[in-house]
Amino acid sequence: MIPTAFDYVKVRSVDEALAALAEHGEDAKLLAGGHSLLPIMKLRLAIPTVLIDIGGIPELSYVRVEGDEVAVGAGTRLFEIERDEVVRAEAPLLSHVAGRVGDPQVRHRATLGGTVAHSDPASDVPTGLLALGGSVVVQGPAGRRSIPVTACWTGFFETDVAEDEMVIEVRVPRTGSSGWGYEKFTRRENDWAIVAAAAVEGRVALANMAGTVVRATATEEALARGASVAEAAALADQGTSPSSDMHADAEYRRHLARLLTRRALETAAAA
Amino acid sequence: MSILGTRVVRTEDPLFLTRGAVYTDDLTDERLTGALHATFVRSQVAHGRLLSVDTAAALEAPGVVAVVTAADVTDLVDIPPPFPFINAAMTRPWLASDRVRFVGDPIAVVLTEERYQGEDAAEMVVVDVDPLPAVVGTAAAATDEVLLFPEAGTNLLAAFGEPVPEDFFDGCEVVVTQALVNQRVAPVPLESRAAAAAWDPDGRVTVWCTNQGAQQARGQLGDWLEMDPDLIHLITPDVGGGFGAKIGADPEYAFIAWLARHVGRPVRWAESRSENMIGMLHGRAQDQVVTIGGRRDGTVEAYSLVFDQDCGAYPRIGAVLPTLTMLMAPGVYAFPKVHAQGRALATTTTSIGAYRGAGRPEATAAVERAVDLFAAEIGMDPAEVRRKNLVPAFSAPHTTPMGATYDNGDYTAALDKALEAAGYDELRAEQARRREAGDVRQLGIGLSVYVEITGADNGAGTKEAAELEVHADGTATVLTGTSPHGQGHATAWAMIASDQLGIPMEKITVLHGDTDLVPQGGGTMGSRSLQQGGAAVHQAADELIEEARRRAAERLEVDPTDLVVDLGLAGLAVRGTPGAGVSFAELAAEERLLVNTVFNADAPTFPFGAHVAVVELDVESGKAQVVRVVTVDDAGTVINPLIAEGQRHGGIAQGVAQALLEEVLYDEDGNPTTSTLADYPFVSATELPSFELVEMATPTPMNPLGAKGIGEAGTIGSTPAVQNAVIDAAAHLGVRHVDMPVTPMRVWRAIQQAGSHAQQEGN
Repeated sequence: MIPTAFDYVKVRSVDEALAALAEHGEDAKLLAGGHSLLPIMKLRLAIPTVLIDIGGIPELSYVRVEGDEVAVGAGTRLFEIERDEVVRAEAPLLSHVAGRVGDPQVRHRATLGGTVAHSDPASDVPTGLLALGGSVVVQGPAGRRSIPVTACWTGFFETDVAEDEMVIEVRVPRTGSSGWGYEKFTRRENDWAIVAAAAVEGRVALANMAGTVVRATATEEALARGASVAEAAALADQGTSPSSDMHADAEYRRHLARLLTRRALETAAAA
Repeated sequence: MSILGTRVVRTEDPLFLTRGAVYTDDLTDERLTGALHATFVRSQVAHGRLLSVDTAAALEAPGVVAVVTAADVTDLVDIPPPFPFINAAMTRPWLASDRVRFVGDPIAVVLTEERYQGEDAAEMVVVDVDPLPAVVGTAAAATDEVLLFPEAGTNLLAAFGEPVPEDFFDGCEVVVTQALVNQRVAPVPLESRAAAAAWDPDGRVTVWCTNQGAQQARGQLGDWLEMDPDLIHLITPDVGGGFGAKIGADPEYAFIAWLARHVGRPVRWAESRSENMIGMLHGRAQDQVVTIGGRRDGTVEAYSLVFDQDCGAYPRIGAVLPTLTMLMAPGVYAFPKVHAQGRALATTTTSIGAYRGAGRPEATAAVERAVDLFAAEIGMDPAEVRRKNLVPAFSAPHTTPMGATYDNGDYTAALDKALEAAGYDELRAEQARRREAGDVRQLGIGLSVYVEITGADNGAGTKEAAELEVHADGTATVLTGTSPHGQGHATAWAMIASDQLGIPMEKITVLHGDTDLVPQGGGTMGSRSLQQGGAAVHQAADELIEEARRRAAERLEVDPTDLVVDLGLAGLAVRGTPGAGVSFAELAAEERLLVNTVFNADAPTFPFGAHVAVVELDVESGKAQVVRVVTVDDAGTVINPLIAEGQRHGGIAQGVAQALLEEVLYDEDGNPTTSTLADYPFVSATELPSFELVEMATPTPMNPLGAKGIGEAGTIGSTPAVQNAVIDAAAHLGVRHVDMPVTPMRVWRAIQQAGSHAQQEGN
């Protein structure tokens, strides 16, 4: 429960962070809230030799409305997103999923960029983002680029963000008063999702039904051709590849995906 | 007015809440200056032949002073089994030498100047193990196909009782049988294990360790290290929870003392949570089969409980738990025929110890499940079946078919109080309404009526020591052999002494947990403390008053019988002569006023109660939420309701946790899969409702306080109530049983299976 030795670098700007990343290469890890990284370091599952602390970069913490989108800085803490009036009005699903992560102590540390970059398939925020659509803005030596959320999470703890890049911002469409639903299934309130389903504007995303968060494409297609919520939800697990663990086997996860999708869609439709 | 029975706020708490406690790992004692840090290298393989341990690289690592392996331990004998009935070949080496028997088995110890260095160096110890098949679960153990101790020739540690006679259920109109799992759980005290040791030049050792009774821990260290216990000064600093897993000493504690002698420097050790989850004793772990038979009118005529106790790799208290389960098998019921049989088996897993309830919750869970199964089979309300079969109220001792002699009890009253407080009839009506409407959220109502045994002190006698001294400055000191680790003895023992002597509580200091100060004591476990340790303080106060009376009579030149305790004076006054008297403090100024006593009870006590749990079950997902827990927990006379309620709260919570959440799991190779708190779901406030506690007090004649134990009752009662409630919520769908923990997946699957059976029968 003690990590291996590492060096610690505190940076004050994105440029400094990128310079440090370039200098230390693949041995370095970015440290934001630390609530995913530090536990796996203590278990010695991750052994970075340099931690670059980006937790105190002021330019990364903001919420702005820009055209049809809400732009949220990667350094914004989840509790701020949970409570931010703009996010609540313009993208309420994002506010809600931010508020479902862990407990208040966790949410006061954890950042939006951190949960995006960690790519845990059981994570609430990526699930909500995948349903919302939008993009993740990253920056590296070659400048900024935008990754659609549908292409961001490439595998279990793997993303399209390159090793010399960092997450700068997340942009989501302003769904405003559109109905939305989020169903998170846990045994204990503060746990990771066993399965979760997010629904907004006919898009449905699922947590923990594959190596990454995934869209329930069969459900979305059924909805698009006018199927009922029940009919569409019954297809939610199609194309998924859930694993079996001590909390749930794959068959039960498939059942939950269908059930939670139906409930999320019903909630969204009732709004 | 007596202070006893009032809600005195715990005097311990301000310090715990502000400065914080001083746990073993916090100690800054100067005797520990320069202490080395011990880090255990533990087996990562459940079972195998240990081929080699290469310490060369670790010895070169920064800060490493020594790396100790079995080859270095030449002056200790292996730890013998803890009970004489266990095969003597089942010994435990201090460090594995030729074989490892569970993931967590100590293989080597790295001693470093700094703790961080230990974790790094431990990774450099290269261990080569040739794996053998793991033995996971009692069924695998019982085959004896793979043996943990080949010299013993069997994995069986002990067999208790005879097989159920073939004709045992003959004549019963209805017989129901069911296999039950009382799953393995982890105690998870917030303070994990820790120890420190420093030797004097004259050969005496001081050992600090977190435990539930310094005297017992010292005795164990003396046995293991082959030392005169007088040469061991054992100190128990503040302790952050034990739940039975800190009874006595763990081998690691003794080994820390040995290491300190071996290297000639103080040594300290504090385990991480991951180490705690595999190294500290686990609890429960019984595989049971219940059979219950009787008449369709609800009368039970025969009940049997046959079970296997998983004891883990090296026998500890778990090996003797079957006897408690068997003793309490019939619980609160007047079943005319009861039979119990248990076996204790070794498996390649963490050893099993006493965990909150220790043997009794397993008995209660079995019989309470059996009664519900019987009720379901004959289609009778489970409350009605219980009423028909409860032992009627009794005030003279009642002896059960299993040979337990209950002191007194009124189980029907306890059940009725709980049902009334819960609004049982209204709950059943609401349940019927939801069933009729086909609601997604169905209501489940679960009952359990329990009796347990406290102060049983297996083999140690039902006694406890206390010393009480009143000082010339008007203060008093209580030395107790109990060992509070959250229980509030400093408050309660001061209340008892204050009540008799008139000395204000704030002038009474309660000390414990130092074998030089308190050489005798039984510690805190088995819910024994108040009924024995509190009673000892009471007895000490009585004896001190008598000593004071003798001295006061001389001083005041009156007849001793004319002296009465004057609480306002905190002394003795002459009856009928206002102003004539002498305080205890004044007498202490002349000569130390001190008594040393041992309270000896005739027999254990049998607290009882009834729990009603209400759950809402989402029948589509299988997830149950506990919405109400209503309990009657009759522990006799209550000294401080605030403390008693705290014990009930904690107990109920841990009981609910076993029913719904907690389970230590191993894969087929014997690898633990729940060894972090990310994987092991212990209960938190978010999963629990506010508990509804109903008062009932039936004083026991076994001690002058009238007190029975309360520490484990909540755990014993709540587990089956919650399990029964979840099953009850799905009963109308055809579900009869779901094993613990009653997880959403298990419930969902049970509903699916019941539905498909019903469909098949319909076709």
